[in-house]
Amino acid sequence: MKMMKKAASVALASALVVSLAACGSNGGDGNSNSGSTGSDTFMIGGIGPTTGDNAIYGTAVKNGIQLAVDEINEAGGINGYQISYKFEDDQSDSEKSVNAYNTLKDWGMQMLVGTVTSTPCVAVVEETHVDNMFQFTPSATSVESVQYDNAFRMCFSDPSQGTVSADYIADNGLATKIGVIYDSSSTYSTGIYQNFAAEADVKGLEIVSAEAFTSDSNSDFNVQLQKAKDAGAELVFLPIYYQEASLILAQADRMGYAPKWFGVDGMDGILNLDGFDASLAEGVMFLTPFTPTADDEATQTFVANYEAEFGDTPIQFAADAYDCLYVIKAAAEKAGITPDMSVSDICDAMKTAMTEITVDGLTGKQITWGEDGEPSKEPTVVVIHDGAYTVM
Amino acid sequence: MTGKMKKLKNMKKTTKSNMITYGIVIVAFLVMQILISTGNISSLLQGLMVPLCIYIILAVSLNLVVGILGELSLGHAGFMCVGAFSSAFFSKCMKDVITVAPLRFFLALLIGIAVAAVFGIIIGIPVLRLKGDYLAIVTLAFGEIIKNLVNVMFIGVDSNGFHFSTKDVMSLNMEPDGTVIMNGPQGITGTPRDATFLIGVVLILITLFIVMNLINSRDGRAIMAIRDNRIAAESIGINVTKYKLMAFTVSAALAGGAGVLYAHNLSTLTANTNNFGYNMSISILVFVVLGGIGSIRGSIIAAVILTLLPEMLRGLNDYRMLIYAIVLIIMMLFNWAPKAIEWREKYLSFGKRKKEAVK
Repeated sequence: MKMMKKAASVALASALVVSLAACGSNGGDGNSNSGSTGSDTFMIGGIGPTTGDNAIYGTAVKNGIQLAVDEINEAGGINGYQISYKFEDDQSDSEKSVNAYNTLKDWGMQMLVGTVTSTPCVAVVEETHVDNMFQFTPSATSVESVQYDNAFRMCFSDPSQGTVSADYIADNGLATKIGVIYDSSSTYSTGIYQNFAAEADVKGLEIVSAEAFTSDSNSDFNVQLQKAKDAGAELVFLPIYYQEASLILAQADRMGYAPKWFGVDGMDGILNLDGFDASLAEGVMFLTPFTPTADDEATQTFVANYEAEFGDTPIQFAADAYDCLYVIKAAAEKAGITPDMSVSDICDAMKTAMTEITVDGLTGKQITWGEDGEPSKEPTVVVIHDGAYTVM
Repeated sequence: MTGKMKKLKNMKKTTKSNMITYGIVIVAFLVMQILISTGNISSLLQGLMVPLCIYIILAVSLNLVVGILGELSLGHAGFMCVGAFSSAFFSKCMKDVITVAPLRFFLALLIGIAVAAVFGIIIGIPVLRLKGDYLAIVTLAFGEIIKNLVNVMFIGVDSNGFHFSTKDVMSLNMEPDGTVIMNGPQGITGTPRDATFLIGVVLILITLFIVMNLINSRDGRAIMAIRDNRIAAESIGINVTKYKLMAFTVSAALAGGAGVLYAHNLSTLTANTNNFGYNMSISILVFVVLGGIGSIRGSIIAAVILTLLPEMLRGLNDYRMLIYAIVLIIMMLFNWAPKAIEWREKYLSFGKRKKEAVK
C-alpha cells in the first residue's frame, strides 16, 4: 500500500519533470531555428490585448500592423528584406504581457511594436531594456512606458495630452470654470487628468468639480453631472474613452445640462458607436491625431484598404500602429540594418536613427523623435459638426 | 544501505509522504536550474519560473483554509494584494537606502507577511463566526474592498515627509522635489526586481514546511476535527474560534508572502480584477479543487499545470481561452465524475490499486 503511493508519487514527479524538460528543449530548438532562418527576414513582434476588456484596441493595432507589413512586403520590404510578423495576446495584464514578450523572444523577435496599453508596457520596457531590444509602442501613453532609451512611442503621452488640452481651452478662451469627469480606475484617464489639472492651475483655469468613476460603475453619471452643473461648470473635460462619453452626453441631455464638451483622443470613434444619436455629440471638441474622415489621400487609402481587409472602420489605434511600421522602415533604412545583425546591434542603430528621421504619417506630419522617445507632432482639435468630424 | 532502507521503512507514513513532496520541489528546481544554466530552456519558461512559485504558494496556502479547515474563502487574492502593496511600498522607499538586494527583499518579505497576517486576524475575528456560504460572500467582498481601497490611495514623499490622499495626486500638496510612491489606480511603478527563482523555491519549501507541520501537529488535528464535526470538536473542549483563526491567519500570511514575490517580479504593480480581484481568487480555488481538496501535493501539481497551460497553448491564438476552459471541465470530470472514476478503476491499474488501498 505504501509502495503504491510511493510509486504513484514518483511517477507523477517524473512526469512533471519530463514535461517541463520537454517544454524546455522545445523552446531551445525554437531558438536555434529562428536564429538560422531569421537571417533573411526582419522578425517584428507585437503585443496587445486581443481578448478581454481592451480587445478592441489590441485588435485594431494587430490589424494596423498587419496592413502595413503586407504593404511593405509587397513593395520589396525593408532594405530589401521581407518582414515576418507575429502578434501575441496579453489581455492588458502586466504578467501576461511579459509572458507574451518571452514567447516572441523564443520565436526570434528582433524589434517589438507594443505594447498597446500603458501598464503592461511599463513591465515590458523593463525587459526590453535588459535585453537591449528596440521597442516602439503605438499607444502606451504613460510617462514610464518609454522611460529607457531603447523605447519610443507613436502617440501623445498623458502629460502632453493633458497639458495641450488645458492650453487650448485657456488660449482660445473657451471657458474659465471647468468640470472634469474621469475614470479613476484607468491609468490613461487619471494620467491625463492630473496633468490637465496641473496646467489648468498655471493657466488660471478654475476646476470647479472633478468627479471620478471606476470601471465597475461606468453606466450612471447623473451624480457627477449634477455636481458639475451645480458648481456652474461652463465646460466639461472628459479624458475618457468614447463608450462612457456617449453615456455622459445622453444623460446630460436628459437632465437638460448643455455645457461645452472637450475630450481627448479616446473620444475618437464616438460617431461609429451603434445606437448613439450623433446629434447629442454636436459641438463636442476633442484632440486627436487621426480622423478616418480626413480627406487627405493617405488617410483615404488607408481607411479604404483597412475596411476592405477587416470590414471595420479603423480607429486611431490602428492608424498609430500602421504609422509605427513605416517609421520603423524609415529608421531601419536610415540605419542600414540587416536581419543578420544581433538584436542589440539593431537596437543601437535604430536608437540613433530614430532621432534623425522625419516622417509624414497618418497621425501627424513632419513627426520627429527626441532621445527621450517622445514624438513631436501637432495635435489637431476636431469638432463634431452635423454628425461628422471637422478639423478646427 | 540496509540500515538506510530500514530507517526509511520505519519512518512514519506522513513523514515519508512529506519528504516526497519536498523531494519533488527540490528535484524540479534542480532540473530547471540545470536547464537554465545550460541555456536549454525557452525564455518563456524561464520567465514563468517565479510566477509558478507564486501560484504554488497561493494554492498550498489556500488549501490550508479550504482543505484542512474546511471553510470556503474567496478572498485569497485580497491578502496577496495587501502583502504585495505593503512590501512594494517599503522596497520603493528603501530602494536607495538599502542597496543589498537580498537584505531589502528579506525585510520586504517580513513586512508583507506581517501586514497580511494582521489583515487575516482582523478579517478572521468577525468572519470566522460565519459558516459556509456566508464566509465565502464576506471574503469575496473583502477581496474587492481591498482592491478598490488600493485604487484610491495616493501616497507621496518629499522633504517634509509623507503625504497621503484618497482623492488625487494634486491634493497631496507636495513640494516640487516630492515623488509619488503610490499613484492610485496607476499603482506602484519602479519596484526593484528582487525576486529570483531561487528565492521563490525557498519560499515554497518554507510554505510546505509550515503547512505540513501544522497539519501533522496537535493544532492541525484540532483544526481537522473542527472540519469534520464542529459540535463534536467543541464538546471535547477544542477552542473552535482560536483554531479557525490560526489556520486562517497562517493562510493569509503565506498568501502575503506570495504577494511580495509578485510585487518584486514585475516593475509595475496595479490592482485590477485579473491580478488581485475575484478572478484571481477563483483561479487559486480552481488550483486547489482540481489538485484535490486537502492534498498539498495535488495543489502544487495543479498550480504548475494550470499556469503553464494557457502559455503553452499560445499557438492556438484566440482559441486558447476556449480550449483552456474545456480542458478544465474535462479534468474536473476525469477527476470527480463517478463514471470516470469507475472507468479509471476498470482500465487504469493506478486507479484500481489505489481503490484497494483505500479499502
